[in-house]
Amino acid sequence: MNYAVETFDLNRTFKLKKEKKEKNKNENSKVIALENVNLKIHEGELFGLLGPNGAGKTTLIKILSTLLLPTSGTALVDGIDVVKYPEEVRKRINMVTGGEHCGYGILNVRETLWMFSQLYGIPNKKANEKIGELLKILDMEKFAKTKIGKLSTGMRQKLNVMRGFVCDPKIIFLDEPTLGLDVQVSRDVRKYVKTWLAEDPERTVLLTTHYMAEADELCDRLAVIDQGKVLVCDSPQNLKKSLTKDAIFHIEVNLTLNGMEKFGEIPGVKKFAYEHKSHIGRTFLKFILEDESAISHVTESISDNGSKIVSLSKVEPSLEDVFVALVGRGLQDEN
Amino acid sequence: MKTDLKTNIKAVIARAYVRVVAANREPSWWLTETLLPVLSTAAYVYVYKALKAPEEYTGFVILGGTMSAYWVMVLWSMAAQFYWEKEMGNLDLYMIAPISRMSILLGMASGGVLLTTTRAFAIFLAGSLIFKVSFSIISFPKLLAVFILTLVGLYGLGMLFSSLFLLYGREAWHGVTLLQEPVHLLSGFFFPVRSLGFGVALGASLIPLTLGLDAMRQLAFKTGAKSGFINVNLEIIALVILCILFLVLSKYAWDFMERLGKKEGRLSLRWQ
Repeated sequence: MNYAVETFDLNRTFKLKKEKKEKNKNENSKVIALENVNLKIHEGELFGLLGPNGAGKTTLIKILSTLLLPTSGTALVDGIDVVKYPEEVRKRINMVTGGEHCGYGILNVRETLWMFSQLYGIPNKKANEKIGELLKILDMEKFAKTKIGKLSTGMRQKLNVMRGFVCDPKIIFLDEPTLGLDVQVSRDVRKYVKTWLAEDPERTVLLTTHYMAEADELCDRLAVIDQGKVLVCDSPQNLKKSLTKDAIFHIEVNLTLNGMEKFGEIPGVKKFAYEHKSHIGRTFLKFILEDESAISHVTESISDNGSKIVSLSKVEPSLEDVFVALVGRGLQDEN
Repeated sequence: MKTDLKTNIKAVIARAYVRVVAANREPSWWLTETLLPVLSTAAYVYVYKALKAPEEYTGFVILGGTMSAYWVMVLWSMAAQFYWEKEMGNLDLYMIAPISRMSILLGMASGGVLLTTTRAFAIFLAGSLIFKVSFSIISFPKLLAVFILTLVGLYGLGMLFSSLFLLYGREAWHGVTLLQEPVHLLSGFFFPVRSLGFGVALGASLIPLTLGLDAMRQLAFKTGAKSGFINVNLEIIALVILCILFLVLSKYAWDFMERLGKKEGRLSLRWQ
């Protein structure tokens, strides 16, 4: 079995800057971004890294793409050590980051793609053919001569995606590639990623996202990562299967800012997470219960807390629920 | 190896293309890069005229103004350019590409030369015609060699400075600002550097422009050698040494700074 990416006890810590150290005198002066990460990503796989902001996803991508050194441990890309032979790794990879603003506003879309293709030594004819193909697939032909400074956010992200694929890398790192995009553009990007991967069995995609639906739709396997640790690694189906014995309830109540902590102590509640949506005056609760009967205790507690239930539904396990079950909070919660 | 060289050449051309296109698509740049520098150079000419300085001083000023275009370009469009590349997110993309970082710098330099040479030529031509400077070239091949060596040395220095921007942003920016004006004084842009005294002029000779300008003045004006700092041939040898020194140093500085940046996570992680 060939591995596109392998990591062995990969660790990365960051030292806090002086000002931050002074602010947090009593806390540790180091931030652990990755802790003993061991991953094996098969060649030809679309592998997802799922986790909230600050979980360590981008740090891992930066190490694999030779932009950052690990504090300890080893990372291999296509069997090559990223620390010892970064030049060799770079011939095989490319990276797309959500919300990036690559290129120069003075160049148009086609010129920008050509410029980046040249960094990979692609002959002009081949580069122009590939650019034409990408523009067509991602419905950007009519913007080929538009200066990139005049592109909308969605168009700009499509450009980023095309930039990443223009050199046909063996392994591509997609770091939140659909961040902030509308539904249609996201769909176009996802469709292209799947098509590109299917064209050649040697190609591999490592995708980081905090969009559950995206991970569920795209990934062959995924790792859930939180606070620098890989909590679990399996296919989306198997991860969801692990919760089939539990009863999962989603409850919507009026905006309730206090008394949330005690919901986790209700008998029969295995894990619990919540998310406030102040702009619509609602709080969304997710409960993973040992069995259905515990829901009566839950509703009682909600009423006792002075909250009013707007809706209650028993749902099939989703990846979001898997995350809640693993870490005891939702993916959207920052803390 | 062959493929690597080809890829690097392609990268140089691609990065240079951005500069060339930028110059052509922003016509206002031509105005700000030609007319305005002519005005500031003219101011120094009038100072000398008011003081009834020897005639060749007008030529010295025009030559200094011409070369100042390259100094400004090296500082702001090469050394400091990585600040913007980092801000725009391009630095990451250059760093993960299978090319030498020197290719990007060389691309910036060669693309920028077109714009800078236009600026330099405008100052040179307008200044020479308006103020009727009479040149008396002693050795054209030597003059050309000095000019090229000065540019290579200057760009080597620019590459060296640019490595600072891998780790430092605003801090390096201030450093560049601090360098701009003092070098006008130390390198004798508008007067013969010998006036500073041997010790100061010798120290200032670390900047390739100091020796380059002095040698060019000695080679382009009949009485230039009288106010020259040291012998032209010695200046040429020193320039060759400076060129090699800065180019080699810049390579080591880049490797060191890149490794440090990757170790400290300061190449691209802006949140830290």
